[in-house]
Amino acid sequence: MSTLPLTATALSQAIRQGDITASDVAKDCLARIASIDGKVSAFCETFTQRITEQAAALDNRKQAGEVLGALAGVPIASKDNLLVANQTISAGSRMLSTFRGPFTATSLARLEDQDAMLLGRTNMDEFGMGSTTETSAWQKTRNPFGDNLVPGGSSGGSAVAVSADMCPIAIGSDTGGSVRQPAALCGVSGLKPTYGRVPRYGLIAYASSLDCVGAIARTAEDLALWLDCASGQDPADATSLPTPPTVAQLLQERSDLKGVRIGVPRALNGEGIDEEVLAATQATTAHMQELGATIVECDLPSAKHAVPAYYLLATAEAASNLARYDGVHYGWRAANNDSSRQSSIETTTQTRSEGFGSEVQLRILLGTFASSYGYSAQFYDRARMARRALQHEFQATFKQCDALLCPTSPTAAPQLGDSEDDPLARYLWDALTVPASLAGIPALSIPCGNTNDGRPIGVQLMAPHHQDGRLLQLAHVFQAHSEHHLRRPQL
Amino acid sequence: MTGYTTVIGLEVHVQLGTESKLFSPAPVAALGAPNTRVHHVDIGLPGVLPRPNLRAIELATRAALAIGGEIQLYSEFARKHYFYPDLPKGYQISQFDLPLALGGSVPIGTNRTCRIHRLHVEEDAGKLTHSAIGTLVDLNRAGVALAEIVSEPDIRDPREAHTFLRHLREVIRFAGVSDCDMELGSMRCDANISLMPVGSDTFGTKVELKNLNSIKMVQRALEYEERRQTAMLAGGGKVISETRGWHDEIGESRSMRSKENAPDYRYLPDPDLPPLVVDEAFIAAQRAQIGELPQQRRDRYQEAYGLSGQDVTALAQDRKVGDYFETAVAAGADAKAACNWLIEDLLPALRTRHLDLDTSPITPSALAELLALLADKTLTQKTSRLVFEHLLSSVVSPKQAIADLGLGRIADPAELQPLVNEAIAEKPEAARAVAEGKDRAIDALKGLVMRKTRGRADPEVLDSLLRTTIAGNS
Repeated sequence: MSTLPLTATALSQAIRQGDITASDVAKDCLARIASIDGKVSAFCETFTQRITEQAAALDNRKQAGEVLGALAGVPIASKDNLLVANQTISAGSRMLSTFRGPFTATSLARLEDQDAMLLGRTNMDEFGMGSTTETSAWQKTRNPFGDNLVPGGSSGGSAVAVSADMCPIAIGSDTGGSVRQPAALCGVSGLKPTYGRVPRYGLIAYASSLDCVGAIARTAEDLALWLDCASGQDPADATSLPTPPTVAQLLQERSDLKGVRIGVPRALNGEGIDEEVLAATQATTAHMQELGATIVECDLPSAKHAVPAYYLLATAEAASNLARYDGVHYGWRAANNDSSRQSSIETTTQTRSEGFGSEVQLRILLGTFASSYGYSAQFYDRARMARRALQHEFQATFKQCDALLCPTSPTAAPQLGDSEDDPLARYLWDALTVPASLAGIPALSIPCGNTNDGRPIGVQLMAPHHQDGRLLQLAHVFQAHSEHHLRRPQL
Repeated sequence: MTGYTTVIGLEVHVQLGTESKLFSPAPVAALGAPNTRVHHVDIGLPGVLPRPNLRAIELATRAALAIGGEIQLYSEFARKHYFYPDLPKGYQISQFDLPLALGGSVPIGTNRTCRIHRLHVEEDAGKLTHSAIGTLVDLNRAGVALAEIVSEPDIRDPREAHTFLRHLREVIRFAGVSDCDMELGSMRCDANISLMPVGSDTFGTKVELKNLNSIKMVQRALEYEERRQTAMLAGGGKVISETRGWHDEIGESRSMRSKENAPDYRYLPDPDLPPLVVDEAFIAAQRAQIGELPQQRRDRYQEAYGLSGQDVTALAQDRKVGDYFETAVAAGADAKAACNWLIEDLLPALRTRHLDLDTSPITPSALAELLALLADKTLTQKTSRLVFEHLLSSVVSPKQAIADLGLGRIADPAELQPLVNEAIAEKPEAARAVAEGKDRAIDALKGLVMRKTRGRADPEVLDSLLRTTIAGNS
């Protein structure tokens, strides 16, 4: 029997009960990846030796009568920007092609503490900068729902790994939608928790004030299982939040949406969104109403400033965070033919021109400009003000409703190569996910239908700070009464 | 005299005396093979985050309070960007528009003070060594906690800069913040200097001076720069805004870079660090830790012990010296005697042995005991020196030292009488002279007995014994 269609919740239970072994699970995963990853290119690398050893150790402990953790034997893929000790981790960049993790990221180490098995690293847009996974220096990942479709991004590899049944949970990072959007485009569920809930130590930074470690799974239940294992304060991350109460039990508390007020902000449910996507979103709203929810029309006028504010802040922080890649201490270093005549700044310039791809260079230049003397007041400072205004608007809106709903992405998955020409059009594509990023609130995407030609459509739910559990509860009730999340690609 | 007024402002970096670095658990150590005091955070590896060291914030707060600064309840860390091989992240974590403290002042002469603009916390960079095989980077220093103290341009004379630094160093040391050793780099100073015509209130073009490795060097470099700018302006020239490096061995400064090429640091609030929020209770706790400052201590010593101005200055130069003095006095030592022994004997002796008061083999109570033995005449001035020397090289009590050295005072006339007789027999001409009323001749006989007893003879007993013996003989 193949273990792969099982959810993480079912899988860990089966392993704890002794129905299946961790070694069987690891073997199944590696075999599935070997047979189909050639078509979708989700993985940069599998940690074959690591997971084989880990599985054997788990089975030994189980045999010795030990009670295993909440993620016992669950194979989990992680994005190529989360450090794993002694494994190459490149953030999709040539700059880090030979960089090996000196330690394991807190957010992954906590999963291992619960006896999860790290399966491999998944492809991503270089340093998270992209929405299609096409800016990876290594390979083009394909959407399992269509050969020439992009998987979304930047956590495209993670979304595909789950969508194509290569593992039940894959970890991603979400700065402006990088977990939610690929989850939507690949027909799976993705959660961006409240900013700071899951520690960032060991996550290669893109934009620190926005970066969140998130997860992709097939069900809200698995996302809740993951969140409870990964949450909590980390002394190594000064921005991490105090350890919150667990959420998994909340999912059993309700079977309908009676009394839940769901806000539908006009600014995020109209202009620029494809007809089919809007229709699927409206059908979801109607379905939730049938389940007892009250639908509240609301506004979020500052949302129109979200894209420019996001791109100014994210690129300014990125230009700063990526300044460390200078070729001096580690990573790519330009070949230096005449060191006696080349100054350190020339070596640095050459290193960065060779090591970074064009999208990363574009964003570094944008960010440097936005934060430079004489321009920062006009751009960076105003973007911060817009961010605060948006945060206040969210707060006010959450007085009228418990959650907000809108599409995750204005369109279903486009073709590979479609978005390469016009960066501004690409950036506008993030309009629906960046507001929650700027506000730091929890948001998730769950499947809610598909286009006539079979491409998945995702709906996004957002909740106030720290209400990650309520958000998962809503999604869980919806998934208990719908089958969109069960649709699998034909591979 | 020159027709110009000199305007000087100082930027002083003080290394905060923490055990670990400002944002990493790596230990702080002056010594150590290159790159051995380095954590992932100090190399700026991908994925690492800074973790603030509360101890550094405490010490910086004390430094600011010690110079009368006002602690800001809300301050912020910011990133200062530039590319340089000794700066692994491509930015330095510092503070920009919201520093930890504002205001304060430092005395620079009679009725003269220099206002402090601000004090902020920042991390140090690494160290580059240029060698034949290329430039070598050592990150042991990278990330070490510093407080930067920026003065207002209130200093008008290089000598005032000297006074400023002496006072600042004294106060910072006293507050237990830093050892402020300019030679070792735990205090560093850059100086800004400009000239303006007397009577003007518009500052001239300023020049920044670097490589100032001692307080005297700061003064010398400023004096040189004052002369250079005066000559330039007097000759109808213009001062260029630039950074100049001081070369003490030739007594000249050289241009390092023009200010026009100064990098745009693109200060950005550090998104990895929450705002630094402190409350009044924290500030009060730090204030309590500083305790008494040098001037307060000088006043108290003068009042309580009636010591001279010179004495109290010497005692208050360093917190440890005063603390040692007070402990010795509390153990029963006479204040004036304890002060003299401490300043004139103990401190120089410790210096030559590369020790300090913390590691002194002579504890304050041992010093008090020694002074008591001297006062009750168990010891003479001379034997007390021998005991002192012995104590310095071995850990024993003075009484034990006296026994070790066989230095018990000889006050028993029966014991001294044979030695007195010997002395008179050896120097009969001296005895005769005494008998004839040449009183000073007795010193030769005393010296002889003292030599025979290695200084142990009680001077008074010896004196009367010599006189009665000589009188009896004649």
